[in-house]
Amino acid sequence: MAVTMAQAINQALKDAMSADDRVLMFGEDVGRLGGVFRVTDGLQEMFGEERCFDTPLAESGIIGTAIGLAMYGYRPIAEMQFDGFTYPAFEQIVSHLAKMPNRSRGTVKLPVTVRIPFGGGIGAVEHHSESPEAYWAHTAGLKVFTPGTPEDGYSMMRESIESDDPVIFLEPKRRYWMKSDQQLPVTTQPAREAVVRREGTDVSVFCYGPMVRTALEAADAAADEGWSLEIVDLRSLAPLDTASIVASVKRTGRAIVVHEAARNLGLGAEIAARIQEGAFYHLEAPVLRATGFDTPYPPAKLEEYWLPDVDRILDAVERSLAY
Amino acid sequence: MSEPATEPSAPTDRPDGAEEVDPLTFLPADEPVHLVDADGTYHEDPDHPLDLTDEQLRELYRLMVVTRKVDREAINLQRQGQLGVYASCMGQEAAQVGSAYALGTDDWIFPSYRELGAALVRDVDAAGLLHLYRGTWLSDHDPYKHNFALMAIPIGTQALHATGFAMGARFDGKPIVAMTYFGDGGTSEGDPHEAMTFAGVMKSPVIFFVQNNQYAISVPLAKQTAAPTLAHKAIGYGLPGRRCDGNDVLATYAVTKRAVERARAGHGPTFIEAMTYRMEAHTTSDDPSRYRTKEELDAAALTDPLARMRNYLTKRDLYDAELEAAIDEQAKATATYVRAGIYDAPHGDPMELFDHVYTDPRGHFEDQVEQLRAELEGAGDAEGQG
Repeated sequence: MAVTMAQAINQALKDAMSADDRVLMFGEDVGRLGGVFRVTDGLQEMFGEERCFDTPLAESGIIGTAIGLAMYGYRPIAEMQFDGFTYPAFEQIVSHLAKMPNRSRGTVKLPVTVRIPFGGGIGAVEHHSESPEAYWAHTAGLKVFTPGTPEDGYSMMRESIESDDPVIFLEPKRRYWMKSDQQLPVTTQPAREAVVRREGTDVSVFCYGPMVRTALEAADAAADEGWSLEIVDLRSLAPLDTASIVASVKRTGRAIVVHEAARNLGLGAEIAARIQEGAFYHLEAPVLRATGFDTPYPPAKLEEYWLPDVDRILDAVERSLAY
Repeated sequence: MSEPATEPSAPTDRPDGAEEVDPLTFLPADEPVHLVDADGTYHEDPDHPLDLTDEQLRELYRLMVVTRKVDREAINLQRQGQLGVYASCMGQEAAQVGSAYALGTDDWIFPSYRELGAALVRDVDAAGLLHLYRGTWLSDHDPYKHNFALMAIPIGTQALHATGFAMGARFDGKPIVAMTYFGDGGTSEGDPHEAMTFAGVMKSPVIFFVQNNQYAISVPLAKQTAAPTLAHKAIGYGLPGRRCDGNDVLATYAVTKRAVERARAGHGPTFIEAMTYRMEAHTTSDDPSRYRTKEELDAAALTDPLARMRNYLTKRDLYDAELEAAIDEQAKATATYVRAGIYDAPHGDPMELFDHVYTDPRGHFEDQVEQLRAELEGAGDAEGQG
């Protein structure tokens, strides 16, 4: 029976809450409604109102109380309803969630998972399609995971909840309905390991979250042109699996980074820097990026012109190969 | 007193399960609770009976004296270049000691950066606390040993941690209360308001203890809020707002004690505004002569919380030269201990910078660990050659 990404994450939450009664799930509309994307569907029914509950509509409050609950000994999972609404919680995440374990010399552990549906492509209204991952990846003390498949949605969520470090878990909302025939539970590779989704010989394409499927589609189209793309799903944005990135570039000699987030100081900049440090003499062309533009996220009717797609990736491939 | 003898918490038929109470009882009384005059005269208040032994009354005074002495020593250490900065709590000893003393040993405190008095009630190593200000590390006490969280510098943010902790205690069925301290300036930040919203809805056993010391650095209370009092804000969140004379250690104790009992009985949070005065600068980097007058300071000195408690003890025949000598000796010993712990205290191994960022740091910064190690070895070699 096919399972969607949203169902896989939902199953991971259920299994984690069954396995450990210290695991709590809370946020806006996650209880009775089951979340605006239904990712927490059925949890309150199964585990009661003290383990899956609706909070007042206050994102800083959600993260700040998650910190207090974690200090008490719980393992909170906090949902931010949308990417663009994480900013009220920015201070609690950056100044406390990320720093408190270090400030306390490891005495205080904060095993908090922050779930954030992120990215665009669903025709949403303003503030509902953002890609804020660089903020979190830039912040020492946070791990940042994003699944590109339903299998990873399950396995990486379980890993996040079990992590004693705080994890920002970015759920690619346009892929919530992506299906897999995989039986759950499933354990995939540890999140810190990048995975080669498709082997290739001409160009390495580094992607994550919602762009994994787009990059795989680009690889299909590229094959028609006679180009062989290697698709690497990064999975963890902090830490980055530098060794796998460099190894792939050493195989192909060319690299393209794909993300929805704006290009300027996005993950692509860091990945390009690591590639030139680790595989300088193997590069046949500059590292190129296929990303969103350095503008605010566009209105829904214009997002198809803004978001990287198969054509933008293939254009980058062509430019790389032309070097 | 216009407040009811017991805090309201009547069961109700409301569909959302919330309690039906007369919201007006959540408003603060016209005057802050005040039990002891400046000359030590005690006024009985049936709503706030004293349940302290003679020994405990002396202990409250002792804690305040030790707090002031260590506080002064910290200022001296800063003047001597031993601390980068220090935020004094002079004048706020009664507010801190009285409130912290009302908690049980299993209860938790979530402080800001000015809570030396509350820390000393919890027997937190005062020299350790000052490492934050010296810059040797960011904290130096085990929060779980003292039930005293790390000092929070971003204003008011700790109110949410206390609220979450209290939510956890309630879920866990444990009679644990969390108390958080912030100031009059803190009531303008967003987080305390979100905390009160959560605490009200969740009926968290948490106490929001506001030390209204009249200033947020240089900005006086009148520019901080147009509310009649800070305690009036509480009713908007469904919390009782209470006020007390924050320079009267018995009043801060009694009002907090009542809030603790209310929280422990499952009736939820309380907001307390303690009226006090910051007798020192905001921090050692501040110059208060730019924004307040000598006349104002002289007037504030008349409300000094230590003198008041000493006068009270004297009237009760609980204070004599022998006690004075013993307390002074202890205060000096603690200050000496703090000085010894801080003066020229070395920082730790720079490699520790990487040790606590993650419990599982794999992949995060191995090359940087090696880089710093090499830099340290290089520096060592250079010294060796010199």
